[in-house]
Amino acid sequence: MNETKQKRIQETLQSKTVGIAGAGGLGSNAAIALVRAGVGKIIIVDFDVVEQSNLSRQYYFLDQIGAKKVFTLKKNIHRIYPNTQVEAIELTLEKGRMHEPFLSSDVIIEALDDAQTKTNFIEDIQVHLPNTPLVAASGVAGYGHSDRIETKRLDNLYICYDEQAESSENDVLLAPKVCLMANWQANIALELLLGEDE
Amino acid sequence: MSIIVNGKEVEYKNNESVSDLLKRMHYTFPLIVVKINGLLIKKNLYATSIVPDDSDIQVVHMISGG
Repeated sequence: MNETKQKRIQETLQSKTVGIAGAGGLGSNAAIALVRAGVGKIIIVDFDVVEQSNLSRQYYFLDQIGAKKVFTLKKNIHRIYPNTQVEAIELTLEKGRMHEPFLSSDVIIEALDDAQTKTNFIEDIQVHLPNTPLVAASGVAGYGHSDRIETKRLDNLYICYDEQAESSENDVLLAPKVCLMANWQANIALELLLGEDE
Repeated sequence: MSIIVNGKEVEYKNNESVSDLLKRMHYTFPLIVVKINGLLIKKNLYATSIVPDDSDIQVVHMISGG
């Protein structure tokens, strides 16, 4: 372990805030990865409750079914690191105002479900917060084909992208691919917060 | 006279809107993100935004799931 590097990373991340829109498969797993890495503050926005079917890929447990995702994720984060700041916001994001909870974020992660909502979110963030890097994901359904995933960079919009994936409406959502993409997003976020690893 | 669309050189057409370019490129996915020279083009402006000569256009389609 390079302890000097580790210390520098911890010190930098401690003062950083990552905003995450959505606490489902992408959002819950990306949040946990970033918290474990040492990010000081997470803002998490979602309106949904934990359902049985979510357990196949989302960072929740059997005894949490029926509970609001944002507050449950906060609890799960605090079971790992009680000192991480978590702003849990129970909210349905509305087009035109989707950027509002994320004003203080250093990096924003799009972890929404529906393609229309994803597109609306990207538009709101890029129009209202053009200087905040945004990490989105497109194509999380299915399994295998890990090598198809790529990072598409459109200036300060980064898309974790599997262009050939099916829509989740016509396919399956399974932990390996969903978590791979969630962690891919978290890894891009870290690079944006820390600068390129050299 | 040419433009770059997703990394490929494409013929420039005078007075072509973003909507027309998307049609010409056969980008039929309903939910996409379009950037021209780094600036995001809002969906409600696709019909009226004209693609400038020499511009760099990036189009990504958003697929449901998260």
